[in-house]
Amino acid sequence: MSNLVPGFIVDIWDWLPASVQYVTIVTWKILYVTVGVILAVAYSTYFERRVIGSMQGRIGPNRVGPFGLLQPFADVLKLLIKEVIIPSKSNRFLFIIAPLLSLTPALAAWAVIPLNDTFVIADINAGLLYVLALTSVGVYGVILAGWASNSKYAFLGAMRSAAQIVAYEIAMGFALVGVLMAAGSLNLGDIVDAQAGGVSHWFIVPLLPLFFVFWISGLAETNRAPFDVAEGESEIVAGFHVEYSGVAFAIFFLAEYANMVLISALTAIFFLGGWASPFESWTFLEDVQVLGWLVHGGFGWLFAKICFFMYTFFWLRATFPRYRYDQIMRLGWKVFIPVTIIWIFVEGAMAWMHVGPWSGLAN
Amino acid sequence: MAEIQSYTMNFGPQHPAAHGVLRLILEMEGEVIRNADPHIGLLHRATEKLAESKPYSQSIGYMDRLDYVSMMCNEHSYVMAIEKLLGVVPPIRAQYIRVMFDEITRILNHLMWLGAHGLDIGAMTIFLYCFREREDLMDCYEAVSGTRMHATYYRPGGVYRDLPDEMPKYQESKFRSKKDLARLNAARQGSLLDFIEAFTDKFPGCVDEYETLLTDNRIWKQRTVNIGVVSPERAAQLGFSGPMLRGSGVEWDLRKKQPYEVYDQIDFDIPVGVHGDCYDRYLVRVEEMRQSNRIIRQCIDWLRANAGPVMSDDRKIVAPPRVEMKDDMESLIHHFKLFTEGYCVPAGEVYAAIEHPKGEFGIYMISDGANKPFRVKIRAPGFAHLSAMSEMVVGHMLADVVAVIGTQDIVFGEVDR
Repeated sequence: MSNLVPGFIVDIWDWLPASVQYVTIVTWKILYVTVGVILAVAYSTYFERRVIGSMQGRIGPNRVGPFGLLQPFADVLKLLIKEVIIPSKSNRFLFIIAPLLSLTPALAAWAVIPLNDTFVIADINAGLLYVLALTSVGVYGVILAGWASNSKYAFLGAMRSAAQIVAYEIAMGFALVGVLMAAGSLNLGDIVDAQAGGVSHWFIVPLLPLFFVFWISGLAETNRAPFDVAEGESEIVAGFHVEYSGVAFAIFFLAEYANMVLISALTAIFFLGGWASPFESWTFLEDVQVLGWLVHGGFGWLFAKICFFMYTFFWLRATFPRYRYDQIMRLGWKVFIPVTIIWIFVEGAMAWMHVGPWSGLAN
Repeated sequence: MAEIQSYTMNFGPQHPAAHGVLRLILEMEGEVIRNADPHIGLLHRATEKLAESKPYSQSIGYMDRLDYVSMMCNEHSYVMAIEKLLGVVPPIRAQYIRVMFDEITRILNHLMWLGAHGLDIGAMTIFLYCFREREDLMDCYEAVSGTRMHATYYRPGGVYRDLPDEMPKYQESKFRSKKDLARLNAARQGSLLDFIEAFTDKFPGCVDEYETLLTDNRIWKQRTVNIGVVSPERAAQLGFSGPMLRGSGVEWDLRKKQPYEVYDQIDFDIPVGVHGDCYDRYLVRVEEMRQSNRIIRQCIDWLRANAGPVMSDDRKIVAPPRVEMKDDMESLIHHFKLFTEGYCVPAGEVYAAIEHPKGEFGIYMISDGANKPFRVKIRAPGFAHLSAMSEMVVGHMLADVVAVIGTQDIVFGEVDR
């Protein structure tokens, strides 16, 4: 590897102080992840349109580039060259800053996501808390957008979104308490390590109800169907972003999809062993010629799990009608929060008594 | 402390759920509706006045454009009014064709309604599934009349022409593979009746598919059960008709209560609801699609067995065939007279109502003996339903307004006329 790089560059690198080296490496890592996430977002829009298209008996984008693969870029280009209309009665500063407020947390949360056993931008011990904090901050963008637009439709969307996030953030937090109890760590890398040993050791087995609560809360948190009341196409037109156009709208769009990818990644990490291979325990595969790689964990597995969850996102969107706003609140407060609380007690009791799959959990 | 006041919200006319150009002024407290005031007239085209300024037969096309998702049913009512004034009875085969196309139209309308209602409540897929089947029915319209929507197929004295022996087929093009072409044309090898029969064979399966998506769906039920409840007494007082009335449990269907054409010889059931909420109206309409399918099957069997004329041969109101015109002076004169000044209708007044997919659609017509109607009044079911909007949504939330607009099956072509 080192002989691929000319000698003088190595020399310059060695000459740099350690702090500069560190900053450079981290900057490269950040660029690497951000570009990756944005590409993933671009292609998840394409993926969504194709998947939903095939479910609805139509084709989806297939004209721009081979199989329509350049469609996301065409969309971006279109949105970039459109005018951003700022309503005259709006609060100009907040109106412009709101989309950024919703995108930044969605991207920043990736700092603590371990993509494989070595690659993570910030290996901090409070990773889980950091993720929780950032996903909650994202809602400020939505609320500010709704308020700054000075439109009743946008305002209704913002109010709905605020109430919804409060309800589901709690359920999500409680679900994560269960994960925390099982893993004994707030560090996302440690959480994945705690699930080593194949499918039977994944937290989805002992924490199945929490998995569902977390996943559905994540769905609600990202304002996706059937919880898309903040957008509510047929009721409040486009909800909080009804007044947005051009790039400002594109940023909201980007944030929504970046959040979807994030929630998918988090679900995979918390409950499906992150980058761990599902065949980890089948060591005999190692000797088989072609299938040996299946045993080892890696980014590929995490990617596959994210794709699976993204697919479920789209699948749900194609299948379900939209909840009404009060029904969402009822589901959040009266179903999910009690379920998580009860299951935390069940988990604690089972782990204490060393019963079945709970016996291996950290105490 | 300042008193919290309700605020008003302008819902429409440019709104994805406004079903055209409905404008609602909503008085709201938070998300809860205190009052809803529908404003209409944005699609007013003076159809009644136009019909009064033209010879009778030239207004049939305007009727298509009233409720533009159930075209032939509108024509039917208008044509029936003229026939009643003239005292003409169309040949029996024409009556069967009319019944068959009325029911095709009913399915067309209910599919459109189901798709739009689903979309309003957020179920996107159902909309595309419904349009897939609508496409086949539109092709039936096209095969028989030449246009996919505004058919002008019913005429006083019968229907424009007999059912074609051949279905139009998809043509080869560079965008369509051989395999696709064969698939698309598979049901189109025989006559129109074969095509419709193939449709009736597969359609109950399609309805089952819609029902798997919605009927037992918890979210769908949460969004429709107990929303927009109307008691049977109130429904009758408000002048409801069609599925809106039957959804409340009143068994009223003009096809049974005052049969027109050949409905009295056809076997079908009238579904009624129990609670009068959106969900019951949904179930009623879905069942009506199945019953329509049954009626179409019976018509196909009859039409296959019984050939005959489809148009009255009264040359005073029906134009002669072109072949006759070529060597018959009198036919030529008839043709000339019919296409210049039309025909005069004996003085009198008449009300002809049919069971339109949306309810009782009636034409009240006064003739003073001239070649134009003196007065035409259209009784559109949607108007009465829309009038009850406020009553149905008060106390519900904003999202339910959309569900109620959907369940009323509003089409502004007929409300505004």
